[in-house]
Amino acid sequence: MNATSNRSTVVLTDQQAESITRSEELAYELRISEVMTRNVRAASPEMQMKDVVEIFRKTGISGMPVTENDHLIGIISMEDIFHCLMEGDLNAYTTQYMTPNPYTVKDVDLVVEALKVFVATGVGRLPVVDTEGKLSGIITKGDITRGLLKVLQSKTQEEEMRRYRASHLFEDIESDRTSLILRYTIKQHDFVHGGAASSNIKRALLRLGASPQIARRCSIAIYEAEINLIIHTNNGGIIRVEIEPHQITIDVTDDGPGIADVEQAMKPGYSTASEEIRELGFGAGMGLANIARCVDSMKLESVLGKGTRLRMKINLESKDTLGESNPNSMEKR
Amino acid sequence: MNAEELIKTVEGTLINPDADLSKEIKGGCGADLMSDVLASIQPEAVLLTGLCNPQVVRTAQMADVSAIVLVRGKLPPQETIDLANNERIPLITSPYGMFELCGRLYQNGLKSFESSVADGDCSCEQFS
Repeated sequence: MNATSNRSTVVLTDQQAESITRSEELAYELRISEVMTRNVRAASPEMQMKDVVEIFRKTGISGMPVTENDHLIGIISMEDIFHCLMEGDLNAYTTQYMTPNPYTVKDVDLVVEALKVFVATGVGRLPVVDTEGKLSGIITKGDITRGLLKVLQSKTQEEEMRRYRASHLFEDIESDRTSLILRYTIKQHDFVHGGAASSNIKRALLRLGASPQIARRCSIAIYEAEINLIIHTNNGGIIRVEIEPHQITIDVTDDGPGIADVEQAMKPGYSTASEEIRELGFGAGMGLANIARCVDSMKLESVLGKGTRLRMKINLESKDTLGESNPNSMEKR
Repeated sequence: MNAEELIKTVEGTLINPDADLSKEIKGGCGADLMSDVLASIQPEAVLLTGLCNPQVVRTAQMADVSAIVLVRGKLPPQETIDLANNERIPLITSPYGMFELCGRLYQNGLKSFESSVADGDCSCEQFS
């Protein structure tokens, strides 16, 4: 795991793109104390090198910190052992062959700090010290990989849990008619955030167990309506989405300026958008036609000078029910 | 076609390295008007466009687009890159123009994922 190597690479394999870049992100979130190995066995200055060799041999470790009164004073690596063996000096004390004042990292530091030291120095392990300089653990590249994988896995499980919970939301609630209402306030001319509401609605629908097709149809219709609020209204408007197990009802309202000729507005290619709006990629005159294509029923009412109300409905078949167990929500688990 | 092959074919550069490159690209669609894209594009396509604002990414997200190629070497503003990173949609810039890129991809076996207007009849009923 290398903190700098993959940032600038243009093409990665799928798996690399999936895990490395996200784990790089995590390296900036996780603390060293969360991934390091604790309760590390340390050598003392009074120990002889032959004792250390014996410990290496028995436990399979290849490095060991040396401490005095819990404070780190050095580290013994395989290289130090070889050096000692070549000298035939196994009765020497650890202090004679250890590497004194080794590179260390602090347990409160971010994992990325350890990665930087690994890259810069080429060492295989780093002793971890607390704020008082006492040894609190040891960290290797393997510890980091394991720690990151654990978090990545739990994050995936988190999203799965959310989906699972939401996709069964309505099951335990008894009423004559249960529904979930989402409301979003849209500002006029806010192109930077435009689409955020549709994006959130799409995510919500998928968590509630919607099929990709239903989520797509619904979010395209709402996105077009959201963009209409941004382009055409005086004061923005409200999107209200009511989700029931068997239908999604969307109500988009604003307080003006209203549409002069609703019938004409519905015609594909008809647009009143300004040149400026067209340069932004909108105003093709396809918005309402797109909505009509995506929903099962719609009604556009408008009073010039007063405002516009667009109502849309998508009916869900029993295999696509929301908030109740369905084949989609089962599949995603 | 996968993202790697796409980048090679368009001789492009990936702008957001955090993107999800694992999505298969099954077809293509080229347009600069986002409503035209939403009206015609089928899921899992590459979107070729000259438009660089964040709405390109939003449109791609709503329409389940697998990758976006910006034509004529355009570099998008930071808001667009940030949004593409959040949504993990690959944003690729290519020095070539729209016609050239459509041709290259088509020649490499990528099908059109633009449904014709003739197919797009409105099956919608009046609201009840």
